[in-house]
Amino acid sequence: MKNNPKLKKVKKPLTIEQKINRRTFISFGTFAVLSGAAYGGWSWLKNSPKEMRSVTAGAKAPLRRALNKTELFFRNFFSNNNLVKTYPKERAAKVVRYNSDIGLQNQPDIENWRLQVTKQSGEVMNITLDELKALPKTEIIYDFKCVEGWDQISHWGGVRFSDFIHHFKLDDQTKLDYVGLVTPDKKYYVGLDMPSAMHPQTLLAYEMNDKPLIPKHGEPLRLIIPVKYGIKNLKCIGSMAFSNRRPPDYWAEKGYDYYSGL
Amino acid sequence: MRWCHWVNFPILTIMIWSGMLIYWANDTYTFALFGHTFFRFFPKWFNDAFNIPGRLAEGMAFHFLFMWFFTINGVVYILYTLFSGEWRELVPKRNSFKEAWQVLLHDLHIRKMAPPQNKYNAAQRIAYTAIIIMGFGSLITGLAIYKPVQFNTLAWLCGGYHVARIEHFVLTIGYVLFFIIHVVQVVLAGWRNFQSVITGFEVVNDKPKPVIKPAADEK
Repeated sequence: MKNNPKLKKVKKPLTIEQKINRRTFISFGTFAVLSGAAYGGWSWLKNSPKEMRSVTAGAKAPLRRALNKTELFFRNFFSNNNLVKTYPKERAAKVVRYNSDIGLQNQPDIENWRLQVTKQSGEVMNITLDELKALPKTEIIYDFKCVEGWDQISHWGGVRFSDFIHHFKLDDQTKLDYVGLVTPDKKYYVGLDMPSAMHPQTLLAYEMNDKPLIPKHGEPLRLIIPVKYGIKNLKCIGSMAFSNRRPPDYWAEKGYDYYSGL
Repeated sequence: MRWCHWVNFPILTIMIWSGMLIYWANDTYTFALFGHTFFRFFPKWFNDAFNIPGRLAEGMAFHFLFMWFFTINGVVYILYTLFSGEWRELVPKRNSFKEAWQVLLHDLHIRKMAPPQNKYNAAQRIAYTAIIIMGFGSLITGLAIYKPVQFNTLAWLCGGYHVARIEHFVLTIGYVLFFIIHVVQVVLAGWRNFQSVITGFEVVNDKPKPVIKPAADEK
């Protein structure tokens, strides 16, 4: 035990007994105060109000701030050179897990389906499935990851999102920060940051296991974005719009991270 | 470094709790052998008792905030231990593995004599070093799960996303087992010993003249 300068000032030197008692008292006192402070901090967080409802909702306000800050930090690691691991075709699941029907209850009119693309200027393009199929096809066999915790290797084919952008001369639109996708019935919608959408493995998919998509998996066209959790992989795309503001996102309104990147 | 120890306790508790909120969403880990499931993690009554179900988003939000504190606290601890030289008391020595066995036999009242020790005995050296490595493992497997594409090297090191998730889970179960043994040992070691983890010193001899010996850590 080192000499405590404060103790030295006392006229009569303290006995060792007193020193022990004093130090024990100080230590336990500090411990109690800090424990109290930690508990106070925890109850503040536990009882903190939910965030104001905006593009995101449903999370406690301080936790939402933390999610956003953490997201911004981990975005620094994002790169088009970081690719999701791909697998040989044999590894792909024959029965692909079907997890949700949100946005799929109303069968779209496949015959007259068009991908409706709204530019920032308000100009609208209507693109047919055949126009998309005429573009080079890209396939990917990768481990699809759900926010719930399960993952499954699955096989998709379609148009690379960036190929689609270049072909339809939408490059100026990708200077905006976000792209939003919505199902035809507008029940399910996702917002994507532009770098993730333009990632070389992001597909507008129309095939699963070499066959056209079935309704449960988003016929006729769905998003496959391996740098995001499944919740962002919207099935059955109806419309697409570009914006500098975060587009509405179904699960971000229910307390999940807006970015949900992998 | 006793401060880190006490800071870690609530953080790890929150990490395990929020981890359980996340695990509930896909509770598929079981002990199975030859197709027979022997044990399934967390029966319904357990989840209901701790109000676990249906809070995945909340669990993730807590987990991704407190992961920062867990990491910072771990880094501070390791740096302090390295620079103060206290790692010498902590890292297992060449004969620690042999001695740890003797310590175990002694603690189980099979062997009468315990091997000589300094601050920590051989079993403690192994256990306390292992728990730090486990903490590091949780950080690495955690990052591999959190950003498996951006940190694909980490995911690869862990054997892939799917395996990394299992490893992350197993490490957590390891903490719980460690905690149980740890608390039993602390109770057996007595109040004086416990007091030293808060004050930093332990009174070892009351008569005729008290001698003070640095225990948990002395600045």
